[in-house]
Amino acid sequence: MLQITNLHANVGDKPILKGLTLSLNAGEIHAIMGPNGAGKSTLGYVLSGRPGYEVTEGEVTFNGQNLLDLEPHERAAAGCFLGFQYPVEIPGVSNVQFLREALNAQRKNRNEAPLSGAEFLKVAREQATALGMDMDMLKRPVNVGFSGGEKKRNEMVQMGIINPALAILDETDSGLDIDALRIVGDGINRIMRRPDKAVLLITHYQRLLDYVKPDFVHVLADGRITRSGGPELALELERDGYKELAA
Amino acid sequence: MSDDMDIKDKAAWDAAERVADYEHGWSSDIETDFAPKGLTEDTVRFISAKKNEPEWMLEWRLKAFASWKTMTPPDWAKLNVPPIDYQDAYYYAEPKAKPKLGSLDEVDPEILRIYEKLGIPIAEQKLLAGVEGGEDGGLPQPRVAVDAVFDSVSVATTFRAELERAGVIFRSISEAIKEYPELVKKWLGKIVPMHDNYFATLNCAVFSDGTFVYIPEGVRCPMELSTYFRINAENTGQFERTLIIADKGSYVSYLEGCTAPMRDENQLHAAVVELVALDDAEIKYSTVQNWYPGDAEGKGGIYNFVTKRALCQGRNSKVSWTQVETGSAVTWKYPSCVLNGENSVGEFYSVAVTNNYQQADTGTKMIHNGKGSRSTIVSKGISAGHSNNTYRGLVRVAPNAEGVRNFTQCDSLLLGSLSGAHTVPYIEVRNPSAQIEHEATTSKISDDQMFYAMARGLNTEEAVTLIVNGFAKEVLQQLPMEFAVEAQKLLGISLEGSVG
Ligand SMILES: Nc1ncnc2c1ncn2[C@@H]1O[C@H](COP(=O)(O)OP(=O)(O)OP(=O)(O)O)[C@@H](O)[C@H]1O
Ligand SMILES: [Mg+2]
Repeated sequence: MLQITNLHANVGDKPILKGLTLSLNAGEIHAIMGPNGAGKSTLGYVLSGRPGYEVTEGEVTFNGQNLLDLEPHERAAAGCFLGFQYPVEIPGVSNVQFLREALNAQRKNRNEAPLSGAEFLKVAREQATALGMDMDMLKRPVNVGFSGGEKKRNEMVQMGIINPALAILDETDSGLDIDALRIVGDGINRIMRRPDKAVLLITHYQRLLDYVKPDFVHVLADGRITRSGGPELALELERDGYKELAA
Repeated sequence: MSDDMDIKDKAAWDAAERVADYEHGWSSDIETDFAPKGLTEDTVRFISAKKNEPEWMLEWRLKAFASWKTMTPPDWAKLNVPPIDYQDAYYYAEPKAKPKLGSLDEVDPEILRIYEKLGIPIAEQKLLAGVEGGEDGGLPQPRVAVDAVFDSVSVATTFRAELERAGVIFRSISEAIKEYPELVKKWLGKIVPMHDNYFATLNCAVFSDGTFVYIPEGVRCPMELSTYFRINAENTGQFERTLIIADKGSYVSYLEGCTAPMRDENQLHAAVVELVALDDAEIKYSTVQNWYPGDAEGKGGIYNFVTKRALCQGRNSKVSWTQVETGSAVTWKYPSCVLNGENSVGEFYSVAVTNNYQQADTGTKMIHNGKGSRSTIVSKGISAGHSNNTYRGLVRVAPNAEGVRNFTQCDSLLLGSLSGAHTVPYIEVRNPSAQIEHEATTSKISDDQMFYAMARGLNTEEAVTLIVNGFAKEVLQQLPMEFAVEAQKLLGISLEGSVG
């Protein structure tokens, strides 16, 4: 589904990704772990087409299509979803309005008919309920005044409503309390654990992986994948840390 | 643009050429559709004669014209306006051959593009563009009575019968001058005095047409009243005049909207709007202003010098101005409330968008003369490109106005780094019991917000529109529903090309 080959990328003039190669098939969940500042969020931004993140070398294909040729909104319409490490506030715009416009913009891009207000609200209500979020929160402005944990949960509600083929989830677990962690973990499994979907799960801790069992675990350090393995690699990292690994 | 000048424009233009060539005696020839170029006492007489006005009206106009000649344009606004040659414009154009078009195919494609982007229903598009049959198919709901002003003369009025049953008078001002002279005489020029300012005085002399509304005592107007303005003929100054009288205990909501076609030459627009609310009466006046703003290099566009004022004369009377200003090359406009009545209320909600080389100097005046009068001012300025956007507001409290309250909030949003936002609040309080609050913020659309919206599927333009609408929400939600949707889209259209 997603094929990243020898990816190099700069932020400003600074090289951050330095020859990263990674391949995800449909039906797989891959966890990415790695030290602070290694380039994990950068990878998510580069895959989503954030302005200012310049690819200097390498290729990315998504379902056979050159992903790097697409504008950010076209990548979203093609089925890529980025769950933000730091979700952004948009004052005066309700979550409902934001998501309905986003979803219908994606549908328009795919030549699908827009969802009516009623159809949209039905989907939104289902997803909010499944993730234990109050409908009242969906009516509030996007992330404004949300707690850290509420913002992360809101990212998952958005993912449920948009229903993407590929989700890149950047530290969705950080900031969540113990119950919220379970609810979010269940949500990821329910929405994304499907034969036709894939997940790139960026995390620092094993605890999320107790709920969302990865098929593969990779270590991203200094801009490239330095080690790959099965779920046991995460346990090993938790025990020994990255220093041990590098040694 | 001249290539696809439509049939009506062409006819009007030809008529103008003929008149302009005809040197003598033209003022008695009221069969012509155009007053010749230039502004003299004869022009004023021509307009008055064209409209079959009573003698008192002509005298009023001539008095204004005599004063205007001695006046000078105001220079205190933060606007850079080249000198206007008042002799190089036409002051009256009547579309004799009415725009009876067979289908929308005959309408200026640029106008249609904007209608379409605004999502105006086809039936309403036809009505607006003057297509035959447009009226019957139009506007089953929401219920809006439309009084369309094409060039200088009202050409379509709907829903008249139902309004009449309620006792509401909804007329062109020319008709009202003839049919209700006492009402007109009582209030015309009483809210905005003839000598109020250069542009208002000019309007008194040469106003072409406009709207008159009277809501009788105790009547709640059964529908929204609406006027769509358009400028059609080249070089024709627009001098609309509106007078709305809300008698005791009455209510009316009035919508004023404009779409203007592309024109190269600058066009002068100097409207006057007068509102009066008696005891317990309420007027809600909403404007969406979308005159041609000029091109991306700042060439062309409308000069919009507007005087709008409301007299809250009665106790507990209320006037609420809501404006969405996206068009015009130059906007000079301060819809104000004179709060004479005890416990009267004035409100001003404004969104002003400037892009490219547009300039806007807009705001309000709240004059508190009545005890316990209250006012709220919410101004949202959005500047993009090389534009300049100024909020200018005055809150004045008279010495014997006890217990006055005012709340003012001015927010500016900047797109890009070349535009300017300015806030100029004047506060004059002569009674110590007044409570005056003022808040102001300036912010930018952040890259984070843009990317977040784009990562969810919105393109650059859609993302800007969404964020800007969020910024302006408090004002937009004051608009009647059917207008709000149009206004939201308009904000996006006005900012086309400003980001990315
Ligand atoms: N705009 C920028 N200009 C310069 N350097 C930047 C910029 N943005 C990010 N960086 C740098 O790029 C590197 C990678 O950052 P990134 O956010 O991808 O790390 P990360 O692996 O997600 O870390 P964390 O685990 O702390 O979230 C860091 O050293 C960071 O300081
Ligand atoms: Mg990160």
